[in-house]
Amino acid sequence: MSAKAEALGGAGESKLSPQFHVAHHFDKADTQFDAGRMGVWLFLVTEILLFGGLFCAFAIFRSKYFPSFVEAHHHLDRVMGGINTIVLITSSFTMALAVRSAQKNETKKTTLLLAITLACAAGFLVVKYFEYSHKIHDGLLPGGNFTAADFASGHPGIFFAIYFMMTGIHGVHVVIGMGLILWILLRNQKNEFSSRYYAPVENVGLYWHLVDLVWIFLFPLLYLVG
Amino acid sequence: MANTATVDELGHAPEVRGKNYLNQTAGVWSWLTTVDHKRIGIMYLVSVLVGFGLGGIFALLVRLELLTAKKTIMDATQYNQAFTLHGAAMVFLFIIPSIPASLGNFFLPLMIGAKDVAFPKLNLLSLYLFWIGAIFMLAAIVTGGVDTGWTFYVPYASGVSTTSVISATFGVFVMGFSSILTGLNFIVTLHKLRAPGMSWYRMPLFLWSLYATSIIQVLATPVLGITLLLLIFERAFHIGIFDPTLGGDPVLFQHFFWFYSHPAVYIMILPGMGVATEILSTHSKRRVFGYKAIAFSSVAIALVSFLVWGHHMFVSGQSELSSAIFSFLTFFVAIPSGVKMFNWLGTLWGGSIRFTVPMLYGIAFLFLFAIGGLTGLFLGTLSVDLHLHDTYFVVAHFHYVMMGSTAIAFFGGLHHWWPKMTGKMYDEKLARVGFALTFIGFNWTFFTQFILGTRGMPRRYYNYLDQFQPLHAFSTYGSWVLGTGFLITFICLARSLKTGAPAPANPWDSTTLEWQTASPPITENFEKAPIVTLDAYERPAEETA
Repeated sequence: MSAKAEALGGAGESKLSPQFHVAHHFDKADTQFDAGRMGVWLFLVTEILLFGGLFCAFAIFRSKYFPSFVEAHHHLDRVMGGINTIVLITSSFTMALAVRSAQKNETKKTTLLLAITLACAAGFLVVKYFEYSHKIHDGLLPGGNFTAADFASGHPGIFFAIYFMMTGIHGVHVVIGMGLILWILLRNQKNEFSSRYYAPVENVGLYWHLVDLVWIFLFPLLYLVG
Repeated sequence: MANTATVDELGHAPEVRGKNYLNQTAGVWSWLTTVDHKRIGIMYLVSVLVGFGLGGIFALLVRLELLTAKKTIMDATQYNQAFTLHGAAMVFLFIIPSIPASLGNFFLPLMIGAKDVAFPKLNLLSLYLFWIGAIFMLAAIVTGGVDTGWTFYVPYASGVSTTSVISATFGVFVMGFSSILTGLNFIVTLHKLRAPGMSWYRMPLFLWSLYATSIIQVLATPVLGITLLLLIFERAFHIGIFDPTLGGDPVLFQHFFWFYSHPAVYIMILPGMGVATEILSTHSKRRVFGYKAIAFSSVAIALVSFLVWGHHMFVSGQSELSSAIFSFLTFFVAIPSGVKMFNWLGTLWGGSIRFTVPMLYGIAFLFLFAIGGLTGLFLGTLSVDLHLHDTYFVVAHFHYVMMGSTAIAFFGGLHHWWPKMTGKMYDEKLARVGFALTFIGFNWTFFTQFILGTRGMPRRYYNYLDQFQPLHAFSTYGSWVLGTGFLITFICLARSLKTGAPAPANPWDSTTLEWQTASPPITENFEKAPIVTLDAYERPAEETA
């Protein structure tokens, strides 16, 4: 990408991302970008394996306590979950657009798109807060803390243990993602990104898409399938 | 690979050369904020040696306690803590980071002709995460110890034990991130920063083994992370996932734990195999026999390692079919391991073998890994394992692999690369004494335990039947010889720092790239960016003619 940018940039190129220079141990900017992107992809693989353990636990306990899982999942709020799904997919879309506008030197548009992404992430957490407080109020809690009455099947606490662990760890990822988006938003306002240098925007975008993707698996598994 | 055109001008002692990575800048702060892979490697080296010393002290205490069948020096609770901390310190503070994070960090960029790893700041972050994790583990020792065994099995670790399990497991959790980031850094570095002409098949085989190791670090460690996180939540909030009274499944913990910890066994041994390959080739002045076979067997071991975790659970209520499949897959690991073994022997065949100190460690590695590897097959056999499970046979087996192979390879590599890292030679005679005592003491201590195990002595027992006492005492005497051996090795290396003769650039007449720069190297690694025209173990035409 940057090879193309160099061809297009010509004389005006030095004004784009003036703070950027190739690190001393890379031969050229392209290698540095490729290395960074590869590193982020590898990191995303580790994230998938981290969540993979929880998905595996979900599959095992669901097959072991199927009636309990069916009964428990009716206590999750599909509307709130559905709204959050739409919110996160929207944020992923604006994030992708932000990467594109950073590549096209549209700094103000990038700021706006990143701000929308950030707002969506905050909205997601607000909805999550209401969901969690509802569950806590009803005593729908993990394992030994489970106090809700009127459950016909055994061990609904296991379902809520997995629900809180998975959505909780996902929520932590959303918070970290918000920090990262804020970081590139501030750097973008200092005109650090351009067609010559946009690697951090793209890499934070990759991370954010993974956060979105994990939720896209969590929502149907926990809220929808019975 | 004497092809960098800078060999002659770099073939001087460091005093003549002036600046190098050690004296470029001075002061503690310049070390703590460095992004130089060589300095980070040295800091890892010091850290893992401290971890080794800590684990070693606990080992000697455990052996001393087992001198007699009843109480010798500590009570049963203290004994449980001593063997737990021995295992946890050795596994997490020493073996897992040992070769990759110290020797790997130092030599991976040098061997491919790069100036640094791909992400130097991330490399420093890995080191800090390792230290933070280590602090949590040390905090656990101070605030009540840990007595669960290094495997943290539930339900004991999640509910019954009254010791500082959370602090210890959180420490391991943090150190896991350090391990992941190091692996990630190495993979990207090998893909993106090889010097011009340094194709994959021209890389020294140590780097193939580090590549395979890094794959495991990146793919397996996150699963340990989530497992320990679940354990911490189970202990702190009773979430029930591992608690049978709440419908949870303790065996699930074992599955999760070994899904990481069996591949982790290969995180420990693969780098050792790589070091051994470099030593055996250099000190017999022979090209490595079967380069590609050794390279691909490393990758094959890494892949198969993910499919054998169930062999730790033959007696955990696993179905007979699962056990049979895991047993078969376990035997499969012997194939790439055997490929390596025969290729190492092929490398030595007809070579001009020099019994230098690193070579002594290299040959000891072959001998001890053969025993450690073959006894693994005994344990992979279902009917035999039912008898040997959780006996001293298992203890002896994994010590032959972990210590006899990995730690011996680590110390071999340390002696091999010491002149390059420090710019100093060491006292060969003293180093030989250290090696000899280590080798004799090791076999004395642990071969005895094979016999104890086959006679039915269970591991981790505080009191044991009187009939085992003579062999236990014999093993304990061996541990004193072993400890003395390591002590002499440390004294030898420490003395070399003060009084050692200046090291030439290439004291062993090796062909790989790290020897083509000064000892110790300059901060930028090479005066001129190297261009590679020969294979890793190929000598230039004028030398071989």
